[in-house]
Amino acid sequence: MSEHNAHPAHGDDHNHGHDHHDDHASHGSLKDYTIGFVLSVILTAIPFWLVMGDVIADPGVTAIVILAFAAVQIVVHMIYFLHMNTESEGGWNMLALIFTVMLVAITLIGSIWVMYHLNTNMMPGMMSEPTQKM
Amino acid sequence: MPDMTTTTAGTNKVLPSTHFYVREHHPEQGTLLGFWLYLMSDCLIFASLFATYAVLGQSFAGGPSGKEIFELPLVALNTGFLLISSITYGFAMLEMQRKRVNATLLWLAVTGLLGAGFIGLELYEFTHLINEGYGPQRSGFLTAFFALVGTHGLHVTFGIIWLITLMIQVKRFGLTTENGRRLMCLSMFWHFLDVVWIGVFTFVYLMGVL
Amino acid sequence: MQDNTDLTTLIFGRLTWESIPYHEPILVATFIAVAIGGIAVLGAMTYYKFWGTLWRDWITSIDHKKIGIMYVILGLVMLLRGFADALMMRGQQAMAFGESTGYLPPEHYDQIFTAHGVIMIFFVAMPLVTGLMNYIVPLQIGARDVAFPFLNNFSFWMTTFGAMLTMISLFIGEFAKTGWLAYPPLSGILGSPGVGVDYYIWSLQIAGIGTLLSGVNLIVTIVKMRAPGMSLMKMPVFTWTALCTNVLIVAAFPVLTAVLGMLSMDRMLGTHFFTNDMGGNMMMYVNLIWIWGHPEVYILILPAFGIFSEVVATFCRKRLFGYTSMVYATVVITILSYLVWLHHFFTMGSGASVNSFFGITTMIISIPTGAKIFNWLFTMYRGRIRFELPMMWTISFMITFVIGGMTGVLLAVPSADFVLHNSLFLIAHFHNVIIGGVLFGMFAGINFWFPKAFGFKLDTYWGKWSFWLWTIGFYVAFMPLYVLGLMGVTRRLSQFADPSLQIWFQVAAFGAVLILGGILTFIIQLVVSFRRREALKDVTGDPWEGRTLEWSTSSPPPEYNFAFTPVVHDTDAWADMKKHGYERPKDNFVPIHMPKNTGAGFILAAMSFVCGFALIWHMWPLAWLSFGAIVISAIVHTFNYNRDYHIPVEEVVRVEDERTRLLDGYA
Repeated sequence: MSEHNAHPAHGDDHNHGHDHHDDHASHGSLKDYTIGFVLSVILTAIPFWLVMGDVIADPGVTAIVILAFAAVQIVVHMIYFLHMNTESEGGWNMLALIFTVMLVAITLIGSIWVMYHLNTNMMPGMMSEPTQKM
Repeated sequence: MPDMTTTTAGTNKVLPSTHFYVREHHPEQGTLLGFWLYLMSDCLIFASLFATYAVLGQSFAGGPSGKEIFELPLVALNTGFLLISSITYGFAMLEMQRKRVNATLLWLAVTGLLGAGFIGLELYEFTHLINEGYGPQRSGFLTAFFALVGTHGLHVTFGIIWLITLMIQVKRFGLTTENGRRLMCLSMFWHFLDVVWIGVFTFVYLMGVL
Repeated sequence: MQDNTDLTTLIFGRLTWESIPYHEPILVATFIAVAIGGIAVLGAMTYYKFWGTLWRDWITSIDHKKIGIMYVILGLVMLLRGFADALMMRGQQAMAFGESTGYLPPEHYDQIFTAHGVIMIFFVAMPLVTGLMNYIVPLQIGARDVAFPFLNNFSFWMTTFGAMLTMISLFIGEFAKTGWLAYPPLSGILGSPGVGVDYYIWSLQIAGIGTLLSGVNLIVTIVKMRAPGMSLMKMPVFTWTALCTNVLIVAAFPVLTAVLGMLSMDRMLGTHFFTNDMGGNMMMYVNLIWIWGHPEVYILILPAFGIFSEVVATFCRKRLFGYTSMVYATVVITILSYLVWLHHFFTMGSGASVNSFFGITTMIISIPTGAKIFNWLFTMYRGRIRFELPMMWTISFMITFVIGGMTGVLLAVPSADFVLHNSLFLIAHFHNVIIGGVLFGMFAGINFWFPKAFGFKLDTYWGKWSFWLWTIGFYVAFMPLYVLGLMGVTRRLSQFADPSLQIWFQVAAFGAVLILGGILTFIIQLVVSFRRREALKDVTGDPWEGRTLEWSTSSPPPEYNFAFTPVVHDTDAWADMKKHGYERPKDNFVPIHMPKNTGAGFILAAMSFVCGFALIWHMWPLAWLSFGAIVISAIVHTFNYNRDYHIPVEEVVRVEDERTRLLDGYA
């Protein structure tokens, strides 16, 4: 790292200058993987139980609850299995992830919104009874 | 950094040229970031398929609905396979850190088998549906279902092929820096597929039978 | 006999002798011309013993500079094809009035307008943009190559083979007759049973993989390989726009891949994504393809904005006005470009709430774009402007693009769009921004960086001819279309009933001829410059008194770009170095670590081409075979761990000493 010290200009974003310093991205520990695994088993089991056991009477409520569980589980996987944090790759991993999540949300919500309005406006008869279409 | 700019900008004084270059510079290795960016783009392929499923998911065209054809116990088993394979891959990575070739290979093999089990069950589900006459040609809903779940399955299949390739490479060339990097890329790929599967079992299967 | 037919069908799928269009005189003539030209080129290459060089130094090259040059050549060659289509359309529309049906039968005309759009966007604009980014970005950030040099070579060949798939559709089978975005149900198997749409799908899928990978590559290059000291806010503006463009590529192209994949499943497997029956929804295709399509527009224009920023600062001898606002405007455009896609189909019928949302977001996007125009104007204000060719293209751009931008804002008003949708007004608008923005940008860039790449400047006399013919030709060709569009003429028509419209189309056709002159004089410009290369020689490597790091290298730069990595202290790093009396180091060189050339990218891409061709013609055994070959070759390639080497220090010393001699001789 000697030449780096000679050039303080280059301190911040280049503190792993050499090849052999590069792959120091976190690999996780046994503890991380275990915590992640236990959490994800729980977060998987509960939604399956909610749906298969008809625990909540109102399907709308069940849907919201299981979607919430899925969201939490995705975060758990991101942290414990994919080792996401704000430091890895100088924050670029996290930035890319946030950007992607935003675009996924735009694609999903946008498409559903646009197509729902299209269907209600252009084929009002079909929206109420989709199964009667044939 | 800012202090340097303020001292030099605006003046025309001659600075030693060594101020402007370094004799040796090694840029950072970019493979892991590059692979992560690829995964993000893959994420958007899945987003398109999820959006299509969300739009076509109720278009049964007189055919069956999700409630009639999804077998949740099977899905639960499949989810279990994938979840366990995630942690076994994690164990492989921990062994890799300890530079233990055989233990790494063992855990990779277990991961691959679990993945194969997942694919086997999915193929069983698909052939079963097709034999019942509920193939992807039956309705918009089934088209979107097969496309989404099938694309995920294809990714897992390629993951297994890649895993086998890497096992051969680790066996032959050892846990070198390069192989370690490749194992980390596959690790990201594998866990990423697990994350996508969370979306699939929740949005497609569980919400489909509600 | 029956068995024989079955076997033929199995091997050749849908391909029969009938697929060769020998009954179309235009195509036969084209084929003969291409064949003669091709044989001449091959003969010349054999005569001058160019094959070995071609393979070793170009096809297998992983040098970002050579790949960049090859991208630009691809873009220019395809420009000739795309423009030939344009001329044919203009000719047809100028003729086909009243009794006359013109010289093109409708099914041929439909292929021509589809091919024109596809080629101009995917195989002209994209390669030109990618080529310039490939060449310039590593030089601007002080890097020796891109982050993944092999992948770069592979990306280029995927793009090229995608283009070749489009090209062979001219002589084997047909191209799509659906318009450049191939909307279903017309592009479905019922509407287009032939191979045209399949050619469209697979050439775009193959090229799309290349584009996506090159996007990943350049992002990682910019993020990881900047010279020490070059923080994000010290990056040259072109590098900033390249970063944003590649972010858009990585985030948008997967959607295109997915939606084309779905369309091909509808066609090959009989699924119901976008069919009219069985629960399919064709408008979902339109929705998804524009989620890709709108960012695509910005993928093309952002690098052009970057080029203009570099050119304005250089030729006004000033630091760019409002660097920070320029960067923020670029980033804001990047994000907003994902929120406007519905303005391409306001008339679909999603209703007032949806349309007004997308109308407003579209109008908002003009704000950062306008800010950029003002930044360039303020850079020029009180600058010492040198009217060299790149600067001329830039000024022409600023005027033309503002007109295109304003008609764009007009179209962003949903109620106005209901009148103008699918009219020639729209055609005029997007040619206004793509020619006036992207293409002028590429010409500015080519004239600006040509001396860097080849060591001599481009000839000014012919460059001015090309510039004026393009600029005037553009206005003559497209202003009439605005008028026609306002009168209600829709796009993609091959014949017209109302003779009062004919004069406008004839004017537009004359404009196209002027543009033809612009292209021809550009070619003359290249030839003349090559012949006058000694007179136009750029010895210093800095012919324009440039401001960014690429001008600190020799012209053309050595294979390793920089013997020593520069250290950056200011936004305009090279201007800063010159100001402080920088002297080029002349000794103490070290060996340089570089990647090795490889033919793997070319081979993989060639096999993808075969696979695509087999899929188009339903040659299933060949398709499986080539797909298997791709997977196996890719795996075999990963067993090659020995991918780099060191340029020995003697070689570095030799190259650098030669430059020292040149510079001393010049001084």
